[in-house]
Amino acid sequence: MRRSLRRFAPAALLALALLGIWELYCDLGRVEAVLLPAPHSVASSLWDNAGLLAHNFAVTAEEVVLGLLLALGAGLGMAVAIHLSPLLRRAFYPLAVGSQAVPIPVIGVLLVFWWGFGIFPKLVVIALICFFPVLVTTIDALASLDPERAKLLRTLDASRWQTLRFAELPAAVPAALSGARIALAVGVIGAFIAETSTPTTGTYTGLGREIVLDAGGFQTARAYAATALLFGFAIACFYSLSAAERRLAPWRRATAAGVAR
Amino acid sequence: MVPGKESSPGADPSNLWGNAREGSDVTTATRSRTAAPAPAPAASAVPRPGQGLVVDRLTLTYPSERGAPVAALDGVSLTARPGELVAVVGPSGCGKTTLLEVVCGLLGPDGGSVGGPPAVLMPQRDLLLPWLDALENAALSLRLAGQRRAEAQLAARELFAELGLDGFERARPQELSGGMRQRVAFARTLLSGKPLLCLDEPFGALDAITRGEMQQWLARSLELEPRTVLLVTHDVEEAIVLCDRVVVLSRRPGRVVAELEVPLGRPRRAGDAEVAALRADALVLLAGTGS
Repeated sequence: MRRSLRRFAPAALLALALLGIWELYCDLGRVEAVLLPAPHSVASSLWDNAGLLAHNFAVTAEEVVLGLLLALGAGLGMAVAIHLSPLLRRAFYPLAVGSQAVPIPVIGVLLVFWWGFGIFPKLVVIALICFFPVLVTTIDALASLDPERAKLLRTLDASRWQTLRFAELPAAVPAALSGARIALAVGVIGAFIAETSTPTTGTYTGLGREIVLDAGGFQTARAYAATALLFGFAIACFYSLSAAERRLAPWRRATAAGVAR
Repeated sequence: MVPGKESSPGADPSNLWGNAREGSDVTTATRSRTAAPAPAPAASAVPRPGQGLVVDRLTLTYPSERGAPVAALDGVSLTARPGELVAVVGPSGCGKTTLLEVVCGLLGPDGGSVGGPPAVLMPQRDLLLPWLDALENAALSLRLAGQRRAEAQLAARELFAELGLDGFERARPQELSGGMRQRVAFARTLLSGKPLLCLDEPFGALDAITRGEMQQWLARSLELEPRTVLLVTHDVEEAIVLCDRVVVLSRRPGRVVAELEVPLGRPRRAGDAEVAALRADALVLLAGTGS
């Protein structure tokens, strides 16, 4: 109890202080409420629109989680393939780097043309934005097997596949999870980009669409309320992944805790 | 094969074996113990109980990035009878580790040959995998040989009991002391099933007290699980306590400058008077290796 207090108190206090400054700034009338609503009006908007926001949040949360899983799978798969094949590395790696420069709206329509108005094109967008940190950290970790350890595996007659399975892959887990944490941090904004840059029918919901509609319709307080949900969700995802890391790579407990603390 | 002619670095293993058999008188003597009617050409790939090790005039030179290439081994010849414990001692940097890596097939020599049973290297560092527990680390050899997890762990568990490691099966490597980690590494080496063990300074990183305990432990373990052993060490006393014969290498490039039989009964202890006397002899021989 005391420990969790010590752990969360600094962030909570800082957040309260910032909210206080924000509230004062608005209350002193330095800015129009339509440009920057005061925290108390964001809070009441959150309360008044709880049903609508919860519905939209569920849609976006599902996109983020599934999109990240897709990104993780794609990143890990590509990392292993590139690690095993120098030819693939030369062929593929530059294109993977280049893919990060593609503005999503350019391909948004195409994705919808291929896969329709449902969730899948959004997942592809999130995966495209998020796979890269997983790919880079995993490739580097796969290649960093201690040469002495490689020698040991050779003297025990390990095949290429066994070296990957018993040594390189487990050794790469912490790095892959670090990559996943970076991916997570951009995953939530990735979902926003996905929702707003793929054409969607009016029935499709999500916090991203909600925010764009509200910001354009002078419903600034509700846009901020939706943003507050995204803000909290990113933090929750990040720390859940740190908890997962302690389970998946317990031998790295010290370093993992160092980041999450 | 003309005696004195060196084989090429990437020579086919059957040729290497042929070299070793015909290379010298010593070789022939060793072979005669196991003399099969028609030795198969690829004999070095097949484990044969009772097969000795013959290292014949190995030379190996490392290319170096700047300056002249470094000669690590310069015509090293030695033998180990089946079940014999042979120590290789010499000053630091005399190519001892290189010798073991060539014997284990991890490095190809520039010249000379190695004949003998399959060999496994136990490197100086224990190199236990931190994501596996002690038992899984030891069982790694069996898993790599294609055994299922359950049967590999069962076999490892039996060996743990025999080697006095029971109770530590589920410990993570980082929870173990240096001595215990080396015991687990040794269990992993034994479980590779290869008849020739190449131990590279297994206790080099341990404190003096632990090292003494580990030497006694290794001696007992090898009585329970007899193997042919090539032990590299810079500790002459350790060589005498553990081994039947001590081969002294010169300063780089390594050459065999002396061989010392250890005609002492077992068990031996580091403090014994006979051990001390032999140690003095060996140190004189080693002193002669200086430039």
